[in-house]
Amino acid sequence: MTRKNSGWVLFIQTVIARAYPRVIGQQREKSWMFFEIFLPMLSVAAYVFVYRAIRAPEEYVGFVVMGGAMLAFWMNVLWNMSSQLYWEKEQGNLALYIMAPCSMMAILLGMAAGGLFATTLRAVVIVGLGSWMFQVHYTVASFTQLFAVFFLAMVALYGLGMMTASIFLLMSREAWHLANLAQEPIYLASGFYFPIKNLNFWMAAAASIIPLTLGLDAMRQLAFASGPAIGFLSVRIEMWVLAALCVIFLVGARLLLDYMERLAIREGRLTESRR
Amino acid sequence: MINFQLSTFNLQQKWRSFRMASWLGWQIESNWADPFLFAVYSIVKPLAGAAILVVMYTVITNGDYESPIFPYIYLGNAFYIYVGQLMTGISWAVIDDREHYKTLKYIYAAPIHFPTYLLGRGVARFLIATISVIVTIIFGVLFLRLHIDLAAVNWLLFVASVIIGVIMLALMGLILAGAMLLLVHHMWELGGAVAGALYLFSGAIFPLDVLPPFLRPIGYLMPITYWLELLRRSLVGSVAQAFPTLSGLNNAQLMGILLGLTALFALASLGIFHWCENKAKEKGVIDVITNY
Repeated sequence: MTRKNSGWVLFIQTVIARAYPRVIGQQREKSWMFFEIFLPMLSVAAYVFVYRAIRAPEEYVGFVVMGGAMLAFWMNVLWNMSSQLYWEKEQGNLALYIMAPCSMMAILLGMAAGGLFATTLRAVVIVGLGSWMFQVHYTVASFTQLFAVFFLAMVALYGLGMMTASIFLLMSREAWHLANLAQEPIYLASGFYFPIKNLNFWMAAAASIIPLTLGLDAMRQLAFASGPAIGFLSVRIEMWVLAALCVIFLVGARLLLDYMERLAIREGRLTESRR
Repeated sequence: MINFQLSTFNLQQKWRSFRMASWLGWQIESNWADPFLFAVYSIVKPLAGAAILVVMYTVITNGDYESPIFPYIYLGNAFYIYVGQLMTGISWAVIDDREHYKTLKYIYAAPIHFPTYLLGRGVARFLIATISVIVTIIFGVLFLRLHIDLAAVNWLLFVASVIIGVIMLALMGLILAGAMLLLVHHMWELGGAVAGALYLFSGAIFPLDVLPPFLRPIGYLMPITYWLELLRRSLVGSVAQAFPTLSGLNNAQLMGILLGLTALFALASLGIFHWCENKAKEKGVIDVITNY
């Protein structure tokens, strides 16, 4: 008789199983790697040349390179986390997920862990290439704080992705358009290409709901000599806010997923395909 | 007589294909939301894209909107919306019909002219892009002191440039659509990659002189470079004199280069598209579903 795992063992097995295609599958498809590095690099280069055309201080070039690397995470969360359940529905996998004797939370966590790992590799390449091409100089104030901020920002960001994934569960064709809409406006609000402090205080505060806003701001403060001068809030406060966002989004993801799953089953939207 | 009737039939067939594809494209692009949400969606994205550049510019120059570099960046970015929408839109129709709606084989087997059908699918994107461009420019004029003197605009040059540019972009889209016939579903990013590369090399948001010298020739080979320059000159003539890149060329010379490169792209697009189409038929991938 085959032994069947359950409880935490099954949960962890599910996380690993769902993370596997994210890590291994994506490395096998070389074109994805190319596009995921090449596309952000194009934006980075274009915005760097804009700064050079208007004779901006060289540190702004570094801000753009860092923003471009973090953009890879946003794209990953947007297209491979938030809208993933919509893709799964389109391809007919969603019903299989629901029927399988494993937790949906574990599936989402696996997606997040795999996506985070694969995207980190790409972001490292973007930072490396961008820094080499545009001669960016870093003056890191504290590596410990820098990694802590990155970790908190990523946990909160992927928590947000897990939460929004459950909202996308109900959607059909509009999911594609809404994900599309969450690009340029978010690049603007989160300050991917300029310090967020330059926006109005309340706008910047409202944009802080997206973890990358404060994460990027704190990382710039810690990685560049002029960092503290361009910071929106102090690094310590930004880390506390990020920690709070981690808890809110992960708990929110759990609650919302349960609710949305029940709603989707009740309304018969799990297998619908409104093209 | 028979030849004349045949050519008339061909023209009618092409017009019908174009008209129906335009209608279909509009339905696909717009009927996923109510008109208000669709309008917001069509406007917010391009305005946010423009706002990123405006904030970057304002931070560095303390809001010196009188400098000629500002209209250069702003107008270049505004008209570049056409590139992303039109060129990518036409190529995207292949993926959309083949993989998403799974109707490409029926469309291909129907009595329509396939390349004309694909061009027609770009019309909806053209209309959306036109609204976005107009809104972006009006926003610049109203809120960012973008000076466009309607009496001083060279309307003839402007209209001619827009028409030639749209044709040129549609033909570039057809080249990409041909490539898409041979590529798998997840290569949908190809259109974005080409548009992104052209954004960088065509001097859309910064003068080509800013690029390293070894990259500039790429920009000089792209018709979009001359198209954007002509549009800027027609709307705000003074901008053209401020940057040395193309200041040695007058409007007629720029128009000549644009027409020449557009003709070249027209020949290339038809040749490449038919080659790709034949290759796709040989390989049996016209209706292949590669959705993974």
